[in-house]
Amino acid sequence: MRILLVEDDAEVARFVKKGLQEAGHVVEHAASGRDGLFLAASEQFDLLVLDRMLPGGVDGVRLVETLRGQGNRTPVLFLSALSAVDERVRGLKAGGDDYLVKPFAFAELLARVEALGRRPATDAPTTKLRVADLELDLLSRTVTRAGKRIEVQPREFRLLEHLMRHAGQVVTRTMLLEKVWDYHFDPQTNVIDVHVSRLRQKLDKGFDKPLIHTVRNAGYMIRAD
Amino acid sequence: MDLPPPPANPAEPAAPAAAEVRPGEGGRGAAPARRMRAATAAAPSPAGGGGLALPPPPDGPFLRLLRSAGFRFALLFAALFAASTLAFALVLWWGTAVALDRQTDAVLRADALALAERWREAGAAGTAEAIDERLAVDVEAESIYLLRAPDGRRLAGNLDRWPPEMEDASTAWADLLIAHDGRSSEARLHTIDLSDGYRLLVGRDVSDKLRVRKLIAEGLLWAAGFALLFALFGAWLLGRALETRLRPAFETAAAIAGGDLAQRVRLTGLGDEFDRLGATMNAMLDQIDRLMAGVQGVSDAIAHDLRTPIARARAKLEDALRSTQGRATPEGQAVLRAAMEEGIADLDAVTRVFEALLRIAEAEAGARRAAFAPLDLVPLLADLAEFYGAAAEARGQRLETEFPASVRLTGDRDLVLQAVANLLDNAVKFGPPGGTVRLSARALDEPGPAGAPLAAEVTVTDAGPGLSPADRARAGERFFRADSSRGTPGSGLGLSLVLAVAHLHRGELVLEDAVPGGQPPGLRARLRLASG
Repeated sequence: MRILLVEDDAEVARFVKKGLQEAGHVVEHAASGRDGLFLAASEQFDLLVLDRMLPGGVDGVRLVETLRGQGNRTPVLFLSALSAVDERVRGLKAGGDDYLVKPFAFAELLARVEALGRRPATDAPTTKLRVADLELDLLSRTVTRAGKRIEVQPREFRLLEHLMRHAGQVVTRTMLLEKVWDYHFDPQTNVIDVHVSRLRQKLDKGFDKPLIHTVRNAGYMIRAD
Repeated sequence: MDLPPPPANPAEPAAPAAAEVRPGEGGRGAAPARRMRAATAAAPSPAGGGGLALPPPPDGPFLRLLRSAGFRFALLFAALFAASTLAFALVLWWGTAVALDRQTDAVLRADALALAERWREAGAAGTAEAIDERLAVDVEAESIYLLRAPDGRRLAGNLDRWPPEMEDASTAWADLLIAHDGRSSEARLHTIDLSDGYRLLVGRDVSDKLRVRKLIAEGLLWAAGFALLFALFGAWLLGRALETRLRPAFETAAAIAGGDLAQRVRLTGLGDEFDRLGATMNAMLDQIDRLMAGVQGVSDAIAHDLRTPIARARAKLEDALRSTQGRATPEGQAVLRAAMEEGIADLDAVTRVFEALLRIAEAEAGARRAAFAPLDLVPLLADLAEFYGAAAEARGQRLETEFPASVRLTGDRDLVLQAVANLLDNAVKFGPPGGTVRLSARALDEPGPAGAPLAAEVTVTDAGPGLSPADRARAGERFFRADSSRGTPGSGLGLSLVLAVAHLHRGELVLEDAVPGGQPPGLRARLRLASG
């Protein structure tokens, strides 16, 4: 992916740029909102990673608003030291697609970057999601593995749907918490792990190939092998 | 204006400083430290930083007087007073002097008309006769008449000659100094043209009236002068009184700004506006005192609860660094790597505490009332119960719920959820394996602690060891952890947030024994929230 990183802190920028490059992405870096806006408006990127507060008169929110005003739909991930819920809402309202509060683990950033960057280009409705022999029917709300029906709770269905929509990508616990439960707070316990392992038991029961994998220090991933 | 003497009360440490600096000297030689403190007290000009207990720089007695709000108010009243005096004088003047003039004019006009009538009826001789009659009965010799023939001859009257100023036929009225009856005096004169070129002059000697007028004018001037003098004196007195009454509040504020938070405004006991101002200031200072104490407590707690994990991380990293020194072996690498991972985990713990503190601060500041929206708690709580139910089951506990069809509340979804999540987390954490955690909700309609009617109650009950009454009172304090909970993970911020959320929703958090007298008693936490 071609990613534009707009971040004024040199150390954070270096860390993010290096990590994203190691993950196989091409990263352009701008240190001010003005430069970032210029780059974002003049070149084609798959994703923008923006600091919320930027020097140079154009902060992250202004930058996104300007881009969206020009019809630019490039996905935007905000990085911010402002953690207040209102700030997050403001960032998303301005046209941001995701919001990550500093300090963050790189794995969290990478997972979100990949989730955003590989979103389906069209919103054409998918009716079935498939990973290996696991199939999720969005219309009948049923889950089958190798043709065998697996009973799941509604919330488990949504959890599985989210994992399958990002098959092959790491999905972090925080992402699951936000996207599946719409909770924006620290649950303080490993509840997400409990939910995932329950789901995993249901899916893998009677099969020797596990589908949901735990990615150490990051989260979960559903994949065929 | 000089300063009033310092208060006699020796308990006012700021007072001597007030007496030291005199106007004009302006405390220009004040020590730098003192000037800085004055600057923090928002003294408008650094040049005059005249110590703490003084008003802004006294550049001179007159300027200082002008700066005094009391003096300005009084001056305003003096101006109003002067204006009303002036209005009074004008009315009086109009009613006396001007009325006298008008009266004279009316008499002259009537007299002239009567004589003109006579002229038409009886001709020149009759008119002359009438004038002579009038002059004969005028014992005070105030009347002036002159009937003139077209050739300038005097036909009747007591004037020797026609006043040259009134030769012009267009001048019908005039005030002239005129000689008649052997004396010269101010007179009001009126002329009319009779037929055939005859002219008649009618006048009145007004010297008496002028004397009266002068007396009135003098009287009014004296009165206005005295009024102005009294007004200025009153202004000065009022300004001085205001300054004297404001001085305690001022000195207290200055002392507080200087760092002495123990100072309070001295009240006179009169119960007037100044006393109320002082009492309000004192109440504010008490509140600030409490907040400061709270902040102090929190900073101590932060120092402990943030420093501990930081210190732990640092120790681990340093230890790993030292123990792997000079050992570029795979084991050394592994040790370093493990230490770094642990260090990062410790930093994450610090971040979590930090995040929790910020969330509490947000709720406490009340800034989030903007995020209030109408909610139905039941589906939200059912979701949350399902979410934490998994955690409870993982610990061999059961989570039971009891909800009505709906519980309506206008509030902050995220904060309410987080508060209940914290309660559930505590319940699961402290409940024994095999125990039951109960989550229930109900609609309320009763007066709340903050005046707003309570709309909803969410209850979380566990079968854990409960809290002693002493611990219960402290449970909402930041970083407070009951001794019995030392072994369990947690930051000691969970209930602080619940409490802050309760306050944000103008409600309360009630902690009580789930089974009074039971062993263990368990804990029932009731989060009672007002709507909107």
